[in-house]
Amino acid sequence: MKTKWIVPTLYIIFLLLPIYWLLNMSLKNNTEILSVFSLWPQDLTLDNYRVIFNDPSWYSGYINSMIYVSINVVISVSCALPAAYAFSRYSFLGDKHLFFWLLSNRMAPPAVFALPFFQLYSSVGLFDTHLAVALAHCLFNLPLAVWILEGFMSGIPKEIDETAFIDGYSFPKFFVKIFIPNIASGIGVTAFFCFMFSWVELLLARTLTSVNAKPISAIMTRTVSASGLDWGVLAAAGMLTIVPGALVIWFVRNHIAKGFALGRV
Amino acid sequence: MIQKQVNQKAWFMVLPVFLIVAFSAVIPLMTVVNYSVQDTFGNNVFSWYGLGWFEEIIHSPRFHDAFLRQLLFSGIILAIEIPLGICIALAMPKKGWGVPVCLVTMALPLLIPWNVVGTIWQIFGRVDIGLLGHTLAQMGINYNYVQDPLAAWLTVIVMDVWHWTSLVVLLCYAGLCSIPDAYYQAAKIDGATRLAVFRYIQLPKMQRVLLIAVLLRFMDSFMIYTEPFVITGGGPGNSTTFLSIDLVKMAIGQFDLGPAAAMSLIYFLVILLLSWVFYTVMSNVGEESKGGH
Repeated sequence: MKTKWIVPTLYIIFLLLPIYWLLNMSLKNNTEILSVFSLWPQDLTLDNYRVIFNDPSWYSGYINSMIYVSINVVISVSCALPAAYAFSRYSFLGDKHLFFWLLSNRMAPPAVFALPFFQLYSSVGLFDTHLAVALAHCLFNLPLAVWILEGFMSGIPKEIDETAFIDGYSFPKFFVKIFIPNIASGIGVTAFFCFMFSWVELLLARTLTSVNAKPISAIMTRTVSASGLDWGVLAAAGMLTIVPGALVIWFVRNHIAKGFALGRV
Repeated sequence: MIQKQVNQKAWFMVLPVFLIVAFSAVIPLMTVVNYSVQDTFGNNVFSWYGLGWFEEIIHSPRFHDAFLRQLLFSGIILAIEIPLGICIALAMPKKGWGVPVCLVTMALPLLIPWNVVGTIWQIFGRVDIGLLGHTLAQMGINYNYVQDPLAAWLTVIVMDVWHWTSLVVLLCYAGLCSIPDAYYQAAKIDGATRLAVFRYIQLPKMQRVLLIAVLLRFMDSFMIYTEPFVITGGGPGNSTTFLSIDLVKMAIGQFDLGPAAAMSLIYFLVILLLSWVFYTVMSNVGEESKGGH
């Protein structure tokens, strides 16, 4: 049984090494990065992080990303809840086709949509707003949210609904008071996934923004090409993009495995 | 399986989702269709071009090459990540403090923005400042992902394994956790070997999640853009120019709207066909496993 630990341990080391290397670089100054090859910082410095936290053009990127990700999570979860309920409980005209059509959008390559999105959101005056990115990310997050929630909801026996209606609950009251608490973990997992896919996406977010809503990941790429490769700051910015994800995982760690199976284990 | 009630009013519950997705999907798609059948000479003057672009794309070696590279890439990714993911999931602890540690660290790469994943590996693989590149150079291995196509491919593949194997692990782990202990006890009484337990208890239980894993990994690797773009920019030469990279190059780099739109549609149809297969297979497996109980 002891040997069983070797495989996950090796795998975790493999996962953490590149991240450690980024952390290591973010704590060095540029001369040290380029001149000395060392496994840990010889001359520990937090200057790179200081640069980011003192420059609005840097830290506004984090705020922008947070704003559009939050808008997207709220839209996705609140719209997907009733839709997922409908898919899990009722059959209606064209339900299977609709479900498949929704899923096919999850499979649509963002590269296909980049340019048309730019034109669409420019023409409705949403270009360079947080709402534009949030709506664009709904393209793949909404179907995913419906899919996961439908999986979780199908696991709730229908008797619960029927009993509640017999007890005289109205539909909205039943939905909020009884049904939502029953799938609370499912909602948490769905929100987590919407957060995740909106947070990691760059192509659409970059195409749809120029200044006011520019995400942190796009600001990073710009700085790499423009200011002659400031490795330390780049590494620090990268480290900071990992932090929100790590925090969010901690909250859903008990349900994450079931969530990845889309609530269908 | 829940007996579903026929209720046309359910459409009202689906309506918000329908409208938002239609706004973000149908209108842009129509724009693409519109471009794909027209030719432009600049100044926003467009003329009808029929199916010319489609014929051109289907017969262009550039598209064939990108398509083959894409298939090869997705094939390699699946061949590595699925078996590796199963092995790791089987070896993961089932209880104790190891569980949250494994879950959290393994999920970490999934939540890193894709271009940061690219940046991490770009730095990690550099011969001058990266741990991997430097170590390989010290060992006397000639490794340079900027110039050598093979090294570029290896870097992109290892990066994808690093990035996405955890998805397979977590899915399989979820499948394994749903197996009741009684199954294992019964197997023990029967004197089943480790292999038999895997073949007759664990694998069937993982079948559903494995399907999700295979198909999600296939689709996502088929659409990969940001990570290889950051690491290699599609180079050296065209050696890591996958479909999405080629498409963006054509549409935004060269502004060849017509061919790019035609290529988008072909690309999208391929994905649509695949997701249809996915959907059918998934629902069939779902019916079977439910019928079996």
